[in-house]
Amino acid sequence: MDYVTPTTAMEASKALAQDGAFALAGGTDLLVKLKTKFVSPSVIVDIKQVPKIMSIENSTDGWWIGAAVPCAEISEHESLRQDWPGLVESLSLIGSTQIQGRATLGGNLCNASPAADSVPALIAAYGTCIISGQSGDREEPIENIVTSPGVTVLEKGEFILGFKLPKPESGTGDAYLRLIPRSEMDIAIVGAGTSVSVDKDKKITSIRVALGAIAPTQIILDGLEDLFIGKEPNENSINKLISIAESACRPIKDKRGTVEYRTKIAGVLAKRTLTIAYKRAINH
Amino acid sequence: MPKTHISTQINGDSYEFLCNTQQTLLDVLRQELDLKGSKEGCATGDCGACSVMMDDRLVCACLVLGAEADGKKIETVEGLSSGSSLDPLQQKFIDLAALQCGICTPGVLVAARALLEKNKSPSEEEVRFWLAGNLCRCTGYDKIVRAVLEVAAEARNA
Ligand SMILES: Cc1cc2nc3c(=O)[nH]c(=O)nc-3n(C[C@H](O)[C@H](O)[C@H](O)COP(=O)(O)OP(=O)(O)OC[C@H]3O[C@@H](n4cnc5c(N)ncnc54)[C@H](O)[C@@H]3O)c2cc1C
Ligand code: FES
Ligand code: FES
Repeated sequence: MDYVTPTTAMEASKALAQDGAFALAGGTDLLVKLKTKFVSPSVIVDIKQVPKIMSIENSTDGWWIGAAVPCAEISEHESLRQDWPGLVESLSLIGSTQIQGRATLGGNLCNASPAADSVPALIAAYGTCIISGQSGDREEPIENIVTSPGVTVLEKGEFILGFKLPKPESGTGDAYLRLIPRSEMDIAIVGAGTSVSVDKDKKITSIRVALGAIAPTQIILDGLEDLFIGKEPNENSINKLISIAESACRPIKDKRGTVEYRTKIAGVLAKRTLTIAYKRAINH
Repeated sequence: MPKTHISTQINGDSYEFLCNTQQTLLDVLRQELDLKGSKEGCATGDCGACSVMMDDRLVCACLVLGAEADGKKIETVEGLSSGSSLDPLQQKFIDLAALQCGICTPGVLVAARALLEKNKSPSEEEVRFWLAGNLCRCTGYDKIVRAVLEVAAEARNA
């Protein structure tokens, strides 16, 4: 097994195009898989020296978060937290302090676990990612990347350079909650990420709810516009949100939770994240 | 098998070594450099016994490749004491019996030191959350948490 440290995106793509090549960001998934012989790469491509992959930038176009910035560094970024508090909360839940020192958004997405904590929050925040490959860069919405557990749309030689988030208009709020059986260090039974924007009359102008861990990939709930746009949330629309969330669930059953429990919790977390995001939106 | 040549700084000293890609930073510390303070509990990031600082960030040395240490600054439990004078955390762990078998202790000490560098007056809850990735099968955590809080308080009053 070789180890290479490309210093340009093109070199990284070329290295990743080789048979058996794996990208290495924080290694908190990959090194566990190496240890357990789940994967046996021919070459490890440490992408952390590629330009822009380790930077966080705030411009008039919105936010750039490099794919290999460790979560601990992202959560120290105060103005990002002000703009997208739910996203920062989601990535702060990944693992322990030690894991936070290494884990990245690129790795969380490309590991392609249905329970990845940052992914529903990135989707809810209308995030996109820049994919670098040998023929240049392309931009894709986050929800298009994972196709099934452990599988992404990335082609040979492609990797994620970073994430773009819009600059939130005033009156925007987001939230992420997950349920785990322990109070720390566990895998989500359900994760829910929600963002809403409101006008000056507190009426909702946009809404997005994404759920994780309840299906093979993260899911964006359908049919919320008709229920919420142009109105304040009320008991009726929130009850409908709960049933939409429940009927979107196709969860697995394991020692962490039964199908019934996960389905019930999906509705609960959809409701709670909407409540928090809405409160943040009217105060933003 | 290809070996990578690495130069790094560990506890303020320069080190050069050759490592295989398979070797983690923890393997290198323990097997190549004879720095056996950092322990291997799980080798999968769950227990924190291998906690070290890399470029001022707390990480699990079992989840870092040795090759990634090139050009980095590493701090391990061996760097906490200077000569025979212990770090206040080490002394307090002895005074309060915050260790039993001692396997988790080097990782807990490195992690607790990192917390106190960042936060001079952590609450009990903050200490417990910060150390949630350091598993201890012996003490029940209470003495560990108390030791960290006392050291923080004494440093503030010093
Ligand atoms: C103890 C422990 C606790 C954990 N707890 C959580 C948790 O609570 N929630 C959670 O969601 N996850 C958790 N994880 C999983 C893991 O920490 C996260 O998924 C993390 O975000 C992975 O990021 P990484 O940079 O370490 O990925 P790596 O291990 O470097 O990479 C993961 C995969 O993605 C690929 N990859 C990495 N970066 C890119 C890129 N830019 N472009 C293309 N491919 C790429 C790699 O080739 C590899 O296949 C935990 C892991 C451990 C060990
Ligand atoms: S040995 Fe590294 S976390 Fe357990
Ligand atoms: S003292 Fe034995 S594991 Fe902590």
